[in-house]
Amino acid sequence: MFVKQLYRRLGLSGCLGLALAVLWILLSLLGPVLAPHGPGEIVDYEVFLPMSAEHPLGTDYLGRSVLSRIMDGARFTVGIALAAASLAALLGTGLGLFSAVSSKAVDESVSRLMDALLSIPNKIFALVMIAAFGSSIPLLLLITGVTYTPGVYRIARALAVNINQVDYIQVARARGEGRLYLAVSEVLPNMVHPMLTDFGLRFVYIVLLLSSLSFLGLGVQPPNADLGSLVRENMSGLWEAAPAIIAPAAAIASLTIGVNLFIDSLRGRR
Amino acid sequence: MTTIVELLLRRLGASLATLLLVSAVVFLITNLLPGDPVQEMLGQAATPEVVEALRAKLGLNEPAYLRYLHWLGSMLSGSPGVSIANNMPVAELVADRLPRSLTLAGITTVVAVPLALLVGIVAAMHHGTRTDSIISGLVMFVVAVPEFLVATVAVLIFAVKLRWLSAVSYAPPDPTLAEFLETYALPVLTLSLVLVGQMARMTRAALIEQLQQPYIEMAVLKGASPARVVLRHALPNAVGPIANAVALSLSYLMGGVVIIEVIFNYPGIASLMVDSVTNRDFPLLQVCAMLFCAGYLILVLLADVAAILSNPRLRK
Repeated sequence: MFVKQLYRRLGLSGCLGLALAVLWILLSLLGPVLAPHGPGEIVDYEVFLPMSAEHPLGTDYLGRSVLSRIMDGARFTVGIALAAASLAALLGTGLGLFSAVSSKAVDESVSRLMDALLSIPNKIFALVMIAAFGSSIPLLLLITGVTYTPGVYRIARALAVNINQVDYIQVARARGEGRLYLAVSEVLPNMVHPMLTDFGLRFVYIVLLLSSLSFLGLGVQPPNADLGSLVRENMSGLWEAAPAIIAPAAAIASLTIGVNLFIDSLRGRR
Repeated sequence: MTTIVELLLRRLGASLATLLLVSAVVFLITNLLPGDPVQEMLGQAATPEVVEALRAKLGLNEPAYLRYLHWLGSMLSGSPGVSIANNMPVAELVADRLPRSLTLAGITTVVAVPLALLVGIVAAMHHGTRTDSIISGLVMFVVAVPEFLVATVAVLIFAVKLRWLSAVSYAPPDPTLAEFLETYALPVLTLSLVLVGQMARMTRAALIEQLQQPYIEMAVLKGASPARVVLRHALPNAVGPIANAVALSLSYLMGGVVIIEVIFNYPGIASLMVDSVTNRDFPLLQVCAMLFCAGYLILVLLADVAAILSNPRLRK
């Protein structure tokens, strides 16, 4: 019954996207427990083995189980990206609301600063930050969160400014309500829906940025490895078309495409 | 006419102000370092006097805002210091690498823009049909996956399976046509794929917005063929938004080249920047970062100029 309703609301691609997203969230929570081997355990003397019953996704450049490494790595990719997207949403929405209800001077200066941050390409910002502070998981979270804050801010501010003009807000203002009350109790609840859609898209962008950094060797550092690091460390298997390099790449793609499909179906049906 | 000039000038001023702010941000981040760079350069054995002398020589004892102004001045005068990693003037390193990156970006633009326009227009003409959903699906696929995945798949197909091309780019000084193609085929292909995805998506959206206007309904009712409706009626009105979309997508190149140059070992400015990150070579890093930000701002500026110029309401 529930499945049928879901199908009617989301369509085939939407359901597929939702299933993929749920799968990755479960894997990131349970992956290390369910994995057949430890992520650092050497299971075979042969490297870059093809798929087999014994090693479902083959072995990597050191003879470790690729499946186990992906199941262990998912939590870094999904976890950091979720936390960073939340950080961006929190900062961006908070600042956007603040700007929308503040004086013109405050609004103007926050907006200009955000514009400046927006004109530093994400990867360049990340590279400069990593060069200055060295790469670590908290820093990656901070970088990916902060670099997407201006984008969230723009949308949140535009929404809040629009909502601020609506009649019931004017009534509340005439009633003598304070700015904080207006922002939190009247404007914010009406922004939740579009901001959630935006959250999903930011999540995808952050996964892409994070994996790219790890792929450059500047993201998650060994002995930990996220999905991007797995692609990087197995690059030498490219000439054998080893599953060790194809599987983690496909894993990232299925995660980002899944979330994209799900969000598209939410937008299209409303 | 004056309004247009005024608008353009104001827009240019805003870009310059933003660039100034960006330079302050870059300077701030690269100078927030914990630890003493001089101590690090000289090692533990250095006496306090030597450290102090070098600090004074490098101007590190001055207040931060003065150092920022000096830095800005040296950058503008074209002599932004010496690379820490290999003791060469930064300007020389950059001058060697920048043309290569611009060549790569230029070829990619020439390949990607016409292709993207074609794909976007075809999708918009078949809006709502199966052709459109197949194109949109493919486009979404390319945009939603990381560039290194597209690059890896391209290498896998063209270099490993088909053995048409080599996976490593090297640009000999005077390449023959075959060498030239060999060098640029894969990087350009990968960058173009992602770029076409972004551009085609925005072109399609801009055109579809026009197709929903009343004057299009009028043209259809008049009996104009679908091709005529799109090419003769809708397209001229969508030129502004499309030019805007093209410039915005090209600004994506600024991030995309970072991955592509590293994967294919292409000796451009982006791989230079990644090296400067691993070596913590700050003079070089700062210049590369500012070049990328300036390039990005120029493209966004072009996008806005296209939007302003194509707005007929401002043309009086």
